[in-house]
Amino acid sequence: MSHQTSQPKRSHEPVFWGLFGAGGMLTAFLTPVMILITGILIPLGIIDSDALSYERVHGFATSWYGAAILLVLIALPLWHTLHRIFHGLHDIGVHRGRDWQQVICYGFAFAVSVFCFTLLIQML
Amino acid sequence: MQPHSSKRKPYQRELPVDWWLKHAFYTKYMIREGTSIAITIYSCILAWGLLRLSQGEQAWQGWLEALQHPIAILFHVLALGLALYHTITWFDLAPKAADIWLKGKKLEDKVIVMAHYVGFALATIAALIIITY
Repeated sequence: MSHQTSQPKRSHEPVFWGLFGAGGMLTAFLTPVMILITGILIPLGIIDSDALSYERVHGFATSWYGAAILLVLIALPLWHTLHRIFHGLHDIGVHRGRDWQQVICYGFAFAVSVFCFTLLIQML
Repeated sequence: MQPHSSKRKPYQRELPVDWWLKHAFYTKYMIREGTSIAITIYSCILAWGLLRLSQGEQAWQGWLEALQHPIAILFHVLALGLALYHTITWFDLAPKAADIWLKGKKLEDKVIVMAHYVGFALATIAALIIITY
Protein backbone atom coordinates (compact mmCIF):
# COMPACT_ATOMS: atom_id res chain seq x y z
CA MET A 1 0.00 0.00 0.00
CA SER A 2 1.41 3.34 -0.96
CA HIS A 3 1.67 6.12 1.52
CA GLN A 4 -0.40 9.10 0.50
CA THR A 5 1.28 12.41 1.08
CA SER A 6 -1.45 14.65 -0.29
CA GLN A 7 -5.20 14.46 -0.21
CA PRO A 8 -6.63 13.73 -3.65
CA LYS A 9 -8.55 16.71 -4.96
CA ARG A 10 -12.29 16.21 -4.84
CA SER A 11 -13.97 16.48 -8.21
CA HIS A 12 -17.12 18.55 -8.63
CA GLU A 13 -18.11 16.41 -11.59
CA PRO A 14 -20.47 14.07 -9.61
CA VAL A 15 -22.73 17.02 -8.71
CA PHE A 16 -23.08 18.12 -12.33
CA TRP A 17 -23.39 14.54 -13.47
CA GLY A 18 -26.26 13.99 -11.01
CA LEU A 19 -28.07 17.09 -12.21
CA PHE A 20 -27.39 16.00 -15.80
CA GLY A 21 -28.98 12.62 -15.15
CA ALA A 22 -31.97 13.99 -13.29
CA GLY A 23 -32.53 16.63 -15.97
CA GLY A 24 -32.22 14.04 -18.72
CA MET A 25 -34.77 11.81 -17.04
CA LEU A 26 -37.26 14.65 -16.55
CA THR A 27 -36.72 15.84 -20.12
CA ALA A 28 -37.24 12.35 -21.52
CA PHE A 29 -40.54 11.81 -19.69
CA LEU A 30 -42.15 15.26 -19.59
CA THR A 31 -40.63 17.72 -22.08
CA PRO A 32 -42.46 16.30 -25.15
CA VAL A 33 -45.89 16.65 -23.55
CA MET A 34 -45.01 20.09 -22.16
CA ILE A 35 -44.01 21.32 -25.62
CA LEU A 36 -47.15 19.72 -27.06
CA ILE A 37 -49.37 21.56 -24.57
CA THR A 38 -47.78 25.03 -24.29
CA GLY A 39 -46.32 25.24 -27.78
CA ILE A 40 -48.86 23.52 -30.02
CA LEU A 41 -52.24 22.51 -28.56
CA ILE A 42 -52.97 25.74 -26.65
CA PRO A 43 -51.68 28.21 -29.28
CA LEU A 44 -53.68 26.38 -31.96
CA GLY A 45 -56.79 26.40 -29.75
CA ILE A 46 -57.08 22.60 -29.72
CA ILE A 47 -57.02 22.85 -25.93
CA ASP A 48 -59.00 25.87 -24.74
CA SER A 49 -56.67 28.64 -23.58
CA ASP A 50 -58.64 28.74 -20.31
CA ALA A 51 -56.44 25.78 -19.36
CA LEU A 52 -53.59 28.27 -19.03
CA SER A 53 -55.67 31.24 -17.86
CA TYR A 54 -53.94 33.82 -15.69
CA GLU A 55 -56.00 32.92 -12.61
CA ARG A 56 -55.26 29.24 -12.96
CA VAL A 57 -51.52 29.47 -13.64
CA HIS A 58 -51.02 32.27 -11.11
CA GLY A 59 -52.90 30.29 -8.48
CA PHE A 60 -50.70 27.27 -9.17
CA ALA A 61 -47.45 29.24 -9.23
CA THR A 62 -48.24 30.92 -5.92
CA SER A 63 -48.81 27.68 -4.04
CA TRP A 64 -45.67 26.26 -2.48
CA TYR A 65 -45.97 22.93 -4.29
CA GLY A 66 -46.82 24.62 -7.60
CA ALA A 67 -43.80 26.88 -7.27
CA ALA A 68 -41.56 23.88 -6.57
CA ILE A 69 -42.97 21.95 -9.54
CA LEU A 70 -42.55 24.91 -11.92
CA LEU A 71 -38.97 25.50 -10.77
CA VAL A 72 -38.07 21.87 -11.43
CA LEU A 73 -39.91 21.72 -14.77
CA ILE A 74 -38.31 24.91 -16.11
CA ALA A 75 -34.81 24.85 -14.60
CA LEU A 76 -33.80 21.18 -14.23
CA PRO A 77 -33.68 20.40 -17.99
CA LEU A 78 -31.11 23.19 -18.36
CA TRP A 79 -28.64 21.36 -16.11
CA HIS A 80 -28.93 18.51 -18.58
CA THR A 81 -28.80 20.48 -21.82
CA LEU A 82 -25.99 22.86 -20.85
CA HIS A 83 -23.87 19.89 -19.74
CA ARG A 84 -24.34 18.41 -23.21
CA ILE A 85 -23.69 21.73 -24.93
CA PHE A 86 -20.47 22.14 -22.90
CA HIS A 87 -19.20 18.74 -24.01
CA GLY A 88 -20.58 19.31 -27.52
CA LEU A 89 -18.33 22.35 -27.91
CA HIS A 90 -15.37 19.98 -27.61
CA ASP A 91 -16.92 17.69 -30.23
CA ILE A 92 -17.21 20.46 -32.79
CA GLY A 93 -13.64 21.53 -32.16
CA VAL A 94 -14.03 24.60 -29.96
CA HIS A 95 -11.07 24.03 -27.66
CA ARG A 96 -10.16 27.51 -26.55
CA GLY A 97 -10.95 28.52 -22.99
CA ARG A 98 -12.47 25.28 -21.73
CA ASP A 99 -12.59 26.71 -18.19
CA TRP A 100 -14.59 29.70 -19.36
CA GLN A 101 -16.84 27.51 -21.49
CA GLN A 102 -17.63 25.52 -18.36
CA VAL A 103 -18.30 28.64 -16.31
CA ILE A 104 -20.57 30.07 -19.02
CA CYS A 105 -22.50 26.80 -19.59
CA TYR A 106 -23.18 25.87 -15.98
CA GLY A 107 -23.42 29.56 -15.12
CA PHE A 108 -26.23 29.92 -17.63
CA ALA A 109 -28.16 27.00 -16.09
CA PHE A 110 -27.52 28.49 -12.65
CA ALA A 111 -28.58 32.00 -13.70
CA VAL A 112 -31.89 30.85 -15.19
CA SER A 113 -32.53 28.70 -12.10
CA VAL A 114 -31.97 31.70 -9.82
CA PHE A 115 -34.09 33.88 -12.14
CA CYS A 116 -37.05 31.45 -11.85
CA PHE A 117 -36.51 30.89 -8.14
CA THR A 118 -36.55 34.64 -7.46
CA LEU A 119 -39.70 35.21 -9.53
CA LEU A 120 -41.50 32.36 -7.79
CA ILE A 121 -40.45 33.51 -4.30
CA GLN A 122 -41.58 37.08 -4.91
CA MET A 123 -44.96 35.82 -6.20
CA LEU A 124 -45.56 33.54 -3.22
CA MET B 1 -0.81 27.73 -17.03
CA GLN B 2 1.42 29.16 -19.72
CA PRO B 3 0.49 27.65 -23.06
CA HIS B 4 3.68 28.63 -24.86
CA SER B 5 6.21 27.83 -22.15
CA SER B 6 7.22 24.55 -23.78
CA LYS B 7 9.36 24.11 -26.88
CA ARG B 8 7.81 20.70 -27.39
CA LYS B 9 5.84 20.37 -30.61
CA PRO B 10 3.73 17.22 -30.44
CA TYR B 11 2.00 16.04 -33.58
CA GLN B 12 -1.64 16.96 -33.48
CA ARG B 13 -3.91 15.20 -35.88
CA GLU B 14 -6.27 17.57 -37.66
CA LEU B 15 -9.94 16.86 -37.15
CA PRO B 16 -12.22 18.29 -39.83
CA VAL B 17 -15.20 20.26 -38.51
CA ASP B 18 -17.64 17.98 -40.32
CA TRP B 19 -16.23 14.70 -38.96
CA TRP B 20 -19.64 13.78 -37.58
CA LEU B 21 -21.36 14.04 -40.97
CA LYS B 22 -19.31 11.25 -42.52
CA HIS B 23 -20.67 8.40 -40.49
CA ALA B 24 -24.34 7.81 -39.64
CA PHE B 25 -23.49 6.70 -36.10
CA TYR B 26 -21.74 9.98 -35.32
CA THR B 27 -24.42 12.02 -37.10
CA LYS B 28 -27.06 10.45 -34.85
CA TYR B 29 -24.87 11.17 -31.84
CA MET B 30 -24.60 14.83 -32.82
CA ILE B 31 -28.36 15.12 -33.44
CA ARG B 32 -28.90 13.69 -29.94
CA GLU B 33 -26.52 16.25 -28.45
CA GLY B 34 -28.11 18.92 -30.66
CA THR B 35 -31.57 18.32 -29.17
CA SER B 36 -30.13 20.13 -26.15
CA ILE B 37 -30.18 23.44 -28.02
CA ALA B 38 -33.93 23.27 -28.75
CA ILE B 39 -34.72 22.18 -25.19
CA THR B 40 -32.57 25.02 -23.80
CA ILE B 41 -34.53 27.53 -25.91
CA TYR B 42 -37.80 25.97 -24.74
CA SER B 43 -36.81 26.31 -21.08
CA CYS B 44 -35.94 29.95 -21.73
CA ILE B 45 -39.38 30.50 -23.30
CA LEU B 46 -40.95 29.04 -20.14
CA ALA B 47 -38.72 31.17 -17.88
CA TRP B 48 -39.81 34.19 -19.92
CA GLY B 49 -43.42 33.14 -19.40
CA LEU B 50 -42.81 33.02 -15.65
CA LEU B 51 -41.52 36.61 -15.77
CA ARG B 52 -44.62 37.69 -17.70
CA LEU B 53 -46.83 35.85 -15.21
CA SER B 54 -45.23 37.81 -12.37
CA GLN B 55 -46.00 41.07 -14.22
CA GLY B 56 -49.74 40.55 -14.20
CA GLU B 57 -52.63 39.37 -16.32
CA GLN B 58 -51.99 41.53 -19.40
CA ALA B 59 -48.34 40.52 -19.60
CA TRP B 60 -49.32 36.84 -19.25
CA GLN B 61 -51.91 37.22 -22.01
CA GLY B 62 -49.22 38.78 -24.20
CA TRP B 63 -46.99 35.74 -23.66
CA LEU B 64 -49.81 33.38 -24.64
CA GLU B 65 -50.47 35.44 -27.79
CA ALA B 66 -46.79 35.47 -28.73
CA LEU B 67 -46.88 31.67 -28.72
CA GLN B 68 -49.53 31.79 -31.47
CA HIS B 69 -47.08 33.35 -33.94
CA PRO B 70 -46.40 30.98 -36.87
CA ILE B 71 -42.67 31.03 -36.15
CA ALA B 72 -43.38 30.07 -32.52
CA ILE B 73 -45.59 27.18 -33.67
CA LEU B 74 -42.95 26.06 -36.16
CA PHE B 75 -40.27 26.15 -33.48
CA HIS B 76 -42.38 24.09 -31.10
CA VAL B 77 -43.20 21.47 -33.74
CA LEU B 78 -39.47 21.15 -34.44
CA ALA B 79 -38.66 21.13 -30.72
CA LEU B 80 -41.26 18.41 -30.14
CA GLY B 81 -39.57 16.21 -32.74
CA LEU B 82 -36.16 16.79 -31.18
CA ALA B 83 -37.49 16.24 -27.65
CA LEU B 84 -38.97 12.91 -28.74
CA TYR B 85 -35.60 12.00 -30.24
CA HIS B 86 -34.03 12.72 -26.86
CA THR B 87 -36.66 10.50 -25.21
CA ILE B 88 -35.96 7.59 -27.58
CA THR B 89 -32.18 7.79 -27.15
CA TRP B 90 -32.53 8.17 -23.36
CA PHE B 91 -34.75 5.09 -23.09
CA ASP B 92 -32.41 3.12 -25.37
CA LEU B 93 -29.62 3.75 -22.88
CA ALA B 94 -31.78 2.94 -19.85
CA PRO B 95 -30.77 -0.77 -19.64
CA LYS B 96 -27.13 0.32 -19.33
CA ALA B 97 -28.00 2.50 -16.34
CA ALA B 98 -30.54 0.20 -14.70
CA ASP B 99 -28.85 -3.13 -14.10
CA ILE B 100 -31.69 -5.00 -12.40
CA TRP B 101 -31.46 -8.59 -11.22
CA LEU B 102 -34.50 -10.63 -10.18
CA LYS B 103 -34.05 -14.03 -8.52
CA GLY B 104 -30.51 -14.35 -9.84
CA LYS B 105 -31.51 -13.50 -13.43
CA LYS B 106 -30.73 -10.24 -15.16
CA LEU B 107 -33.84 -8.37 -16.23
CA GLU B 108 -33.99 -8.31 -20.02
CA ASP B 109 -33.08 -5.03 -21.76
CA LYS B 110 -36.33 -5.08 -23.72
CA VAL B 111 -38.37 -5.20 -20.51
CA ILE B 112 -36.56 -2.18 -19.05
CA VAL B 113 -37.00 -0.15 -22.24
CA MET B 114 -40.68 -1.10 -22.52
CA ALA B 115 -41.27 -0.12 -18.88
CA HIS B 116 -39.87 3.32 -19.69
CA TYR B 117 -42.22 3.74 -22.65
CA VAL B 118 -45.19 2.70 -20.51
CA GLY B 119 -44.13 5.30 -17.93
CA PHE B 120 -43.76 7.88 -20.70
CA ALA B 121 -47.26 7.15 -22.05
CA LEU B 122 -48.77 7.36 -18.56
CA ALA B 123 -46.95 10.64 -17.79
CA THR B 124 -48.09 12.12 -21.11
CA ILE B 125 -51.73 11.09 -20.59
CA ALA B 126 -51.66 12.32 -16.97
CA ALA B 127 -50.28 15.71 -18.06
CA LEU B 128 -52.98 16.08 -20.74
CA ILE B 129 -55.72 15.16 -18.26
CA ILE B 130 -54.40 17.55 -15.59
CA ILE B 131 -54.15 20.47 -18.02
CA THR B 132 -57.64 19.97 -19.51
CA TYR B 133 -59.34 19.08 -16.24
